[in-house]
Amino acid sequence: MPQFTTPAELEAYRREVLSGRDSAKPCITLCSGSACHATGSNKVAAAIALEIEKQGVAAEVDFRRTGCHGFCEQGPIVVIYPQGVCYLKVQPEDIEEIITKSIKEQQVVERLIYADPNTGERTPLEEEIPFYKNQQRLILGSNLKIDPKNLDDYIAVGGFQALVKVLFEMTSEQVVDEVKSAKLRGRGGAGFPSGVKWDFARQAPGAQKYVVVNCDEGDPGAYMDRSVMEGNPFAVLEGLMIGAYAIGASEGYVYVRQEYPLAVENLAVALKKAAESGLLGTDILGSGFDFTVKVHRGAGAFICGEETSLLNSLEGKPGEPNARPPFPATKGLWGKPTNINNVETWANIPLIINKGAAAFSSIGTEGSKGTKIFSLVGKVNNTGLVEVPMGATLRDIIFKIGGGVPGGKKFKAVQTGGPSGGCLPESLLDTKVDFDELTKAGAMMGSGGMIVMDEDTCLVDIARYFLKFLSDESCGKCTPCREGIRQMLKILTNMTEGRGKEGDIELLQALAEATLGSSMCALGKTAPNPVLSTLTHFRDEYAAHIHNRKCPALSCKELIAYYIEPEKCKGCGACFRICPAAAIEGEKKQVHVVTQHKCTKCGGCLEACPAAFDAVRVLSGEPVPEPVAAEA
Amino acid sequence: MDIGIIDEIIDKHGGESGALIQILLDIQGAVNWLPKEALARVSEKLSVPMSRIQHITTFYKTFSLTPKGRHEIHVCLGTACHVRGAQDILATVEEVTGVKPGETDPDLNFSVETVSCLGCCALGPVMVVDGEYHGNVKPAETAKVLSQLKLTETAEALEKLKQSETAEVLNLCACQ
Ligand SMILES: Cc1cc2nc3c(=O)[nH]c(=O)nc-3n(C[C@H](O)[C@H](O)[C@H](O)COP(=O)(O)O)c2cc1C
Ligand code: FES
Repeated sequence: MPQFTTPAELEAYRREVLSGRDSAKPCITLCSGSACHATGSNKVAAAIALEIEKQGVAAEVDFRRTGCHGFCEQGPIVVIYPQGVCYLKVQPEDIEEIITKSIKEQQVVERLIYADPNTGERTPLEEEIPFYKNQQRLILGSNLKIDPKNLDDYIAVGGFQALVKVLFEMTSEQVVDEVKSAKLRGRGGAGFPSGVKWDFARQAPGAQKYVVVNCDEGDPGAYMDRSVMEGNPFAVLEGLMIGAYAIGASEGYVYVRQEYPLAVENLAVALKKAAESGLLGTDILGSGFDFTVKVHRGAGAFICGEETSLLNSLEGKPGEPNARPPFPATKGLWGKPTNINNVETWANIPLIINKGAAAFSSIGTEGSKGTKIFSLVGKVNNTGLVEVPMGATLRDIIFKIGGGVPGGKKFKAVQTGGPSGGCLPESLLDTKVDFDELTKAGAMMGSGGMIVMDEDTCLVDIARYFLKFLSDESCGKCTPCREGIRQMLKILTNMTEGRGKEGDIELLQALAEATLGSSMCALGKTAPNPVLSTLTHFRDEYAAHIHNRKCPALSCKELIAYYIEPEKCKGCGACFRICPAAAIEGEKKQVHVVTQHKCTKCGGCLEACPAAFDAVRVLSGEPVPEPVAAEA
Repeated sequence: MDIGIIDEIIDKHGGESGALIQILLDIQGAVNWLPKEALARVSEKLSVPMSRIQHITTFYKTFSLTPKGRHEIHVCLGTACHVRGAQDILATVEEVTGVKPGETDPDLNFSVETVSCLGCCALGPVMVVDGEYHGNVKPAETAKVLSQLKLTETAEALEKLKQSETAEVLNLCACQ
């Protein structure tokens, strides 16, 4: 492990690392984020190591396991540099061919490169795949270049240069001013200007101050923070150190949810290596600045993402929120001034310092600067992590990058902002991703979850889903949140189960407003948003559930029935054989009938019925016709 | 349970009461649940009242105050998984294992838990069986994975039974 006691030593080491690296030498990179573990990245890694040995090319090729590349649906992903040839869905048995062709013969393995789902056109280079081409990957881009556990890799891409600049060329006030003029806004949800918050903490009196990384990422359907923490923990650390210097803190905490074991592991390795090389500890690089970091694993509570709850949890207490003010900037961890930011916010800091506030704020819109990472998931072709400049439209993200809705289905809504956010319909797809624009449209930027829904998704059920989540997660400390959410959930559950009543919509609206106005923390204050946004944009769907006992998306199980059309049924028995509930009756060559009281609505018959017959229908809001006995 | 392990964990954290949650997480990681004796030890060594430990262990979802099954199944019900049919996966898991979410069967074979996002949302619906992630799962595949586990369980149980029977027979022989 190298030892750095001055900036000059660090710089000399960087040059040494770079001179030892031949940029023309082929390098096989394999993404090893959590999602790729799920698709078998570990087995692929073993196969690559073995094959390199077997073919005797160890001297001619490097192999690097990196963090998440973002195109998770297509993982595991192998990219071969310097050309940047990208192979998707790579399995261990593909490795022999990849190494033989790509490394030895300088050719491309056609069958593993990206093919356009519509035209079939193949694109070998990663940067030209539409999913990547339309992004601007300022933060995530580094994930591809470094092994998160390798300090040399981070140093090679210019790591800790921002820290050096801050420690030796800037005063704490100048750092805060730089972040202020970059107009960086917090990526954790609320979008509060980070420089302003830093200034509060900097000016707060007290010798002992703290900085904290919020990596609780409780928003279901979002995993940006996970990928940044897993893929580039040194960048988060560098940002945190710069923040610590700016506000005058000598201790930092990273709060990571324990559901993210790989993030915890990579972070721990990064901290250990930084400490061993003198980048953490006392008198860092001879600047007189002291800093240490502790890791705290969360134990599973959504509310712990809220800053005051998180700080309580850090102190070893139950993660219940406190009323603000006082804000953490004046009275935070152990009662001391504390600055807490989201993972992605911290990761932006080295960028701002290196490139300058002006360069950073040249990207984005008037009120929202820089880029934002979104977790583009749900009913969309290219699921994964996308990073776009602020101001990109939802339509661009979902259709240009995401490739639209799969299976020829129709787009219905996009949900942003997690449980505090809202659902936006087709007519609002030209909304720009911008803190203020999204809020104006009735949704929220939130932390970056972007869940696409198609015509099969019931929006009343989505509202119910979020309120169920929130009622489980409400800590129960204040009544409006605890009871308000519970009552709204009851009404929504009734609706989705066919017990909706006249007046329910008005009651929901009233409850929503009461909860919104009188809860103690933002969990309760924003909990009604999923209800209010769906009521605004999809009121018809609510009305159909109440008045016609009908689920227009044919999704609410209590409101639908499976029915076999006698005219179309050929009596082939396909549905009969698949039905797990033995709810289908009928002899061979006789019309089959679904026995409604036995049916569990699994939809197996619909899938099993041959497309040529297309005899199974899903009914909602209309009576199931009486069976007729007839020859098929 | 070996109380030595508990002491080791507490000592590793320097016996600090601020580390209470971290200590409990490590105990849960080592013994898979939080036995009463372990909690009593933590209370004693950190000088934290048992009431506060109870508050913490019931507040945070990760902690389990009852033993977990040999196989742990986590089904993600996060938003991304929800819109892609996670409910059907959960229904299949319940049906095959006969265990409801949050519960464990009496033979301690299976524990079923639901989670609200595992951070693999691009692959939804996601299920984790004994730490192994399964993405884009369909009900039929879920049933297959779990039935396989169940079969091995039954085979192992039979094997154990056989061994204990043999042992008993041997014992008998020895007595005679
Ligand atoms: C219920 C609730 C959950 C939250 N969860 C998170 C979270 O998971 N991650 C996060 O960074 N911020 C979360 N926040 C926002 C934090 O309270 C805080 O605003 C944020 O960490 C500040 O960092 P930023 O300024 O960099 O955004 C949550 C807020 C609320 C009310
Ligand atoms: S929603 Fe299931 S993994 Fe994120």
